[in-house]
Amino acid sequence: MALKGRLQDFGITQLLNLINLARKTGTLYVEGQKGEAQLCFREGKLIYAFMDGVEDSLPLLLQRAGKLTSEQAQTIMAHVRGKSDRDVALMLIQAKHIQQQDVSDSVRQHMLNLVYRVFGWNEGSFHFEPSELPVQGKLTTPVALENVIMEGSRRLKEWERLQDELPDLDIALKFADRPTTPLRDINLSVEEWRVISFINPSNTIRQVAQYNNMTEFQIRKIVYSLLQAGLVQIVRPPRPAATPPGSAGEKGQAAQADASAVRRPAVKRSLVHKLIDRIREL
Amino acid sequence: MQTLKIVVTGPFSSGKTEFIQSISEIDVVSTERKISRSAERIKSATTVAMDFGRITIDEDLILYLFGTPGQRRFDFMWEILSEGMLGFIVLVDSTRPETFREARRILDTFRSYSPVPYIVAANKQDMEDAWPAEDLKIVLQVEEGVKVVPCVAVKKDSVKQVLLELLYSILELMDEEE
Ligand SMILES: Nc1nc2c(ncn2[C@@H]2O[C@H](COP(=O)(O)OP(=O)(O)O)[C@@H](O)[C@H]2O)c(=O)[nH]1
Ligand SMILES: [Mg+2]
Repeated sequence: MALKGRLQDFGITQLLNLINLARKTGTLYVEGQKGEAQLCFREGKLIYAFMDGVEDSLPLLLQRAGKLTSEQAQTIMAHVRGKSDRDVALMLIQAKHIQQQDVSDSVRQHMLNLVYRVFGWNEGSFHFEPSELPVQGKLTTPVALENVIMEGSRRLKEWERLQDELPDLDIALKFADRPTTPLRDINLSVEEWRVISFINPSNTIRQVAQYNNMTEFQIRKIVYSLLQAGLVQIVRPPRPAATPPGSAGEKGQAAQADASAVRRPAVKRSLVHKLIDRIREL
Repeated sequence: MQTLKIVVTGPFSSGKTEFIQSISEIDVVSTERKISRSAERIKSATTVAMDFGRITIDEDLILYLFGTPGQRRFDFMWEILSEGMLGFIVLVDSTRPETFREARRILDTFRSYSPVPYIVAANKQDMEDAWPAEDLKIVLQVEEGVKVVPCVAVKKDSVKQVLLELLYSILELMDEEE
């Protein structure tokens, strides 16, 4: 009998517990309302995961983790077309572009983020295919499920809270008019900083997330902490047509051609005069 | 509500935080300063030092000043920061020739991101051993038509002047393009 069922009856936490205790090897297919995940296990450890049939290439993961610039990632991807992630990793490490640790950290983080998303699914179906492991040429990294389960449950609770606190991602943010006093003592993470640099009343939170390649969980968490710190305020609702600079097709190369047009804001002369007048009188 | 952005860049200790602090109406959010509780004093590996300040122009318009992160390993964020900027200012510590090469590298990098106007501010002109702005223009091989202006970042009037010079350059470019 294959393991098969509905998430309503047998949840992700229970499934992972079972796989862990029975030290199973194989692939778990989960079909939820928000997507389809494939999680691969070897002897009860999570080794690989992907979502909706999309397997992000290594350069992309490294870019997301801040280890490569978008330019570097593009160049590398163009160079290694057809090569397996494992070969690409070897190449990059040998060329001293990155360190082995960076690779395994990025891969692990990507995998975990994906699995934690699946934790939020409470409706859908699953089936487990024993000894099916579609991981040839992939970079796998074994992670003990005990930790995944603990962290996943913790995030689930946090997620529920965040969902309550910040239900709507189609609102925009601006810097606080009167930031609370100890602002200068704030330390920002790379991710927070990325979000900060896009804060503008014409960018919705969702757009900022898309532009930075962040999941809903990540962006909610960051925005929530920025709100808590009194650094930003919510503005609603933004102009419908507004998009963050370059967001339209940033991931494709087509956007590159007119990147400079996008990056250079269309500003009227009268606006510059306003700035000049105001700064003169400061 | 519209927001505009000017980026203030330059080598470590060139005066970016000071510059933004001098003119911003809010306390500059400088992430270089550490949280005082001892457990949090250890700077996490991913903490970025950057500043931003704000100048309200009128009820519909705000100008933000962004200082670039100090640490080299966060260079990759410069590009993100340069998105949509109106122009940029390269601050140079005029008393420290050993940083001039780095200033030039930063200038080139920002120029490659975006074709916006920029100026170089020869900072710390109040100090005795400051190199004059005219000399910096030569040393840094600043291109024809780009201003190198003297600056004392701790003085508000001087910072105002630098910002104004950048805005004049922006106007000039608009004239040329018409
Ligand atoms: N005398 C003098 N000191 C300055 C000036 N601008 C900055 N400083 C000092 O130079 C040091 C570095 O400045 P800071 O703004 O922190 O540099 P950053 O690393 O570019 O942010 C600080 O001690 C400042 O007080 C200036 O115009 N004159
Ligand atoms: Mg500083």
